[in-house]
Amino acid sequence: MLRDITIGQYFPGNSVIHKLDPRFKIIITILYIVMLFTGDSLLCLVVGAVYTVMAILLSRIKLKMFVKSVKPIIPFLVITAVINLLLVNSGEVLWRWKFFKITDEGINISLFMIIRIVLLIAGTSILTYTTSPITLTDAIERLLSPLKKLHFPVHELAMMMSIALRFIPTLIEETDKIMSAQKARGAEIDTGSFMNRARNLISILVPLFISSFRRADELATAMECRCYNGGEGRTRLRQLKSSARDYIALAVTVMFLAAAIIVAQMTK
Amino acid sequence: MPILETQELTYTYSQGTPFEKTAVDHVSLKIEEGELIGVMGHTGSGKSTLIQHFNGLLRPTSGKILLEGKDIWENKEKIRDVRFKVGLVFQYPEYQLFEETVYKDIAFGPKNMGLDDAEIKRRVYATAHDIGLSEELMERSPFELSGGQKRRVAIAGVMAMEPKVLILDEPTAGLDPAGRDKILGHIKAYHQRTGNTTLIVSHSMEDIASFADRILVMSKAKLFCFDETVKVFSRAEEIAQIGLDVPQITKVFMKLKKQGLDFGKEVYTVGYAKDLLMKHLNAREGL
Repeated sequence: MLRDITIGQYFPGNSVIHKLDPRFKIIITILYIVMLFTGDSLLCLVVGAVYTVMAILLSRIKLKMFVKSVKPIIPFLVITAVINLLLVNSGEVLWRWKFFKITDEGINISLFMIIRIVLLIAGTSILTYTTSPITLTDAIERLLSPLKKLHFPVHELAMMMSIALRFIPTLIEETDKIMSAQKARGAEIDTGSFMNRARNLISILVPLFISSFRRADELATAMECRCYNGGEGRTRLRQLKSSARDYIALAVTVMFLAAAIIVAQMTK
Repeated sequence: MPILETQELTYTYSQGTPFEKTAVDHVSLKIEEGELIGVMGHTGSGKSTLIQHFNGLLRPTSGKILLEGKDIWENKEKIRDVRFKVGLVFQYPEYQLFEETVYKDIAFGPKNMGLDDAEIKRRVYATAHDIGLSEELMERSPFELSGGQKRRVAIAGVMAMEPKVLILDEPTAGLDPAGRDKILGHIKAYHQRTGNTTLIVSHSMEDIASFADRILVMSKAKLFCFDETVKVFSRAEEIAQIGLDVPQITKVFMKLKKQGLDFGKEVYTVGYAKDLLMKHLNAREGL
């Protein structure tokens, strides 16, 4: 039940995309999002769609996983589409009922919105599917490092993120154990009335909080024992190195972005 | 009629994924009312998974569990009643304490059973007495207590439900020898007073050898043996082979046997060993 939750669904692999420098991957993802938002016609999205399909193929991750990533937003998509379909006034009227009407432009806009959101989700999933959460935080730390000059605690932020990610599976396991223990004492957690369930939640949350504090305390002591004193002068086990491959990927992305902008200008 | 019975019980984790693993493999066993049973097994042998089936926390992939002759999964809605009849104390149970006072924490289970206040009070005080918690502790916060006391409060929380079968998963893990003996002593006294079926999981034979009626040994998801304590110890060498520890005194007598001094009996308590040796020495002096 709780075990099925996956966070930062990383699928280890050996594809070209897996091997890209995570810093480049983050920048490329940002460019990708810009690419999807440059134009407002279906034609503009063709560029983005080609790019997405290419990236998905290169990542060698099963298409099924991308379908899975889009699934949770289907209700949202349906609502957006219906609202656009019924409330867009401009264009040729195809169908009318009371004050609702469907126009050709309405259909266009709904399709455009759906495709854009699907591309957005599927495309950005490539980043989390091909990059382990720890590498990702490393990359974020490096990318944000210029902010250190403004006394922004970049290292501390990244360390906090890594620790949080590291402890998610541990805490899930712990929650599972506590839930079983309270169920064995007759607590109704996944059965029973709503009020009962809410009350019984306390019997899980209190032990969970206590053990989190205990773990935090132990971790802090363990870090201090190993002379941790912040990011100053720390070297890394995994050095992030950019190679020709990363620059090629970046160049390809920039080209696609340029193409998207040109198409957007032409269709205006 | 056995109080608890399993028929070809099988449980597979993460079925249908690459992580599939069978933790309990076709286990059939019968436990009679009033028995005190030691459950042994190596880490990952499936003993913890097995005992979580006894009170319906896990549902078998295939096979059945019968409580007093009735399949516990016959009526899914009634599974909570099974949990009141079969009490399960997890490993390190002190991490499940959450109430403001010791009294309230012990009362959590009985309260969930829907008992009236007078009955809850009777049960809380009775179990607190059984497990050796003094009355002035009852209004204290459980988080102020020592490790051993916390563990006893948590065990009392399950005992207070007065289950027909009490299962304790490694009740002595992480305690010092004094704390261990104290808890085992209290559990033994509880068993003698109530006559309820009790199962103690442990990977130290030393703990349970002296007072278990029968011992159940799990190995690699299968039931390795389930027999009277004496008979299980007669297979001491096999048990050592599957990675379990036999009591030190048994090891001494195994060595003596190898060196030619065979008493022809299995020895697993120090008291019994002393009697045997005294007899042997007296007989030799008599010569």
